[in-house]
Amino acid sequence: MDEMIYLAMTGARQTETAQAINANNLANVATTGFRADLHAFSSVPIDGPGVDTRINAVVDAGGTDFTQGAVMNTGRDLDVAVRGDGYIAIQAPDGSEAYTRAGDLRVEEGGLLTTGSGHLVIGDGGPVAVPPSSSLVIGRDGTISIQPLGQGPETVSIVDRIKLVNPEPGTLEKGMDGLLRLKGGGAADADAEVTLISGSIEQSNVNVAKTLVNMIELARQYEMQVNVIKASEENADAAASLMRLG
Amino acid sequence: MNQALWVAKTGLDAQQTRMAVVSNNLANVNTTGFKQGRAVFEDLLYQNVRQPGGSSSQDTQLPSGMSIGTGVRVVATEKLFTQGSVLRTDNALDVAINGRGFFQVLKPDGEIGYTRDGTFQINSQGELVTSSGYVVQPGIAIPDSAQSITIGTDGVITVKLAGQASPTQVGTLETADFINPVGLQAVGENLYIETAASGSPSPGTPGLNGLGTLAQGALEGSNVNVVSELVNMIETQRAYEMNSKAITTSDQMMQYVNNNL
Repeated sequence: MDEMIYLAMTGARQTETAQAINANNLANVATTGFRADLHAFSSVPIDGPGVDTRINAVVDAGGTDFTQGAVMNTGRDLDVAVRGDGYIAIQAPDGSEAYTRAGDLRVEEGGLLTTGSGHLVIGDGGPVAVPPSSSLVIGRDGTISIQPLGQGPETVSIVDRIKLVNPEPGTLEKGMDGLLRLKGGGAADADAEVTLISGSIEQSNVNVAKTLVNMIELARQYEMQVNVIKASEENADAAASLMRLG
Repeated sequence: MNQALWVAKTGLDAQQTRMAVVSNNLANVNTTGFKQGRAVFEDLLYQNVRQPGGSSSQDTQLPSGMSIGTGVRVVATEKLFTQGSVLRTDNALDVAINGRGFFQVLKPDGEIGYTRDGTFQINSQGELVTSSGYVVQPGIAIPDSAQSITIGTDGVITVKLAGQASPTQVGTLETADFINPVGLQAVGENLYIETAASGSPSPGTPGLNGLGTLAQGALEGSNVNVVSELVNMIETQRAYEMNSKAITTSDQMMQYVNNNL
């Protein structure tokens, strides 16, 4: 059978997958601290006898876009955004250490500090616990100080410090749960250079214009592949009618 | 079928929910003691299409894998318990809480509800009730002959009775606090109820143990920031449009196949 139709079909199928990655970015345009997923096409030749023309286009995850999202002021004590590079260390449901830029923190009923999606925030030694307090301040280096409930402002004390890390972007990858982890596992060292902005949260870093243009481009690319499938069909038709003439 | 279509659909759902939260905030911009809500988004699980590190041949490994996100979901709608502005009304039975704490009222189903709305009134039995007629706990009875009512910053209620020189104390207004007020469940009528996430209430005297003081003749306004809600609304609408654009595009892709093959 003609190989052209299969090459075009693979191209169309892979473009659909790329469109799904792109649509996921659009769907997360308002997710706090979301990092956009990139994609890239690469050529995968099929080895074998015959002329060297069978090269499939296959979509690859092109990693994660680590540019910073816009910082939005909310005025809430427990909202923090990471200034510049760096991540907040959290505990993933499987107990491993993961990293996020989503700083919409809250205190759950047991007094543990969690992110908006319910992951425990890691401090100097394990998850951060916050005693009942009448006021809570998160400093720019992640230090959490509280005024214990029912006591005066002279009793303000430091309870813990949020672990902030800054591993090289190339060493991080996104897991199946959307959290960032070090490639090969393990925990990154705390970095004192990373600072927080309290009372603000970082929005998604999805570049809307770029994503929409990408979407159009992929749609047109898809149509081109379909056109090739059609052309190959026409070729086959022409060949068939030639045979009939004979 | 086309995955992009379903991913974009989760985006539409999420933005729709956020719009509902924003509209509710805007609708309650003048509700006494109302606390602004906020929709919290989270990306859905990723689907692994090709495992990173898998073998591409006996001696080589795939340098990167491929996983496709499956969209977004609203993981929570949380209340922001920041203080609303305190407005002076000079009505003797209006009380605002300055700081932490909630008034406790007895709901018709016998449960205790918690509220920041201090627009109190007196019912036919002389009891202190909310504007919905729910009795404030612990119950306080105001005598018929009361000429004036004074509520102290610590919740002590005194009345001046006709023909008496010195005021008489009739009760104390208590407030209750929670370790995690965000965990309270809003049930409407400006009331919240206790949940496992909020922890149990710790009632006390206003002004002590971290509870806010009371201000008579004042009410706490809604803490909704109109400007930020309007900006939120614009953002939500545009995000919705973008996701619906993604659906149209996916649709056109499939349409193109149908029409041309």
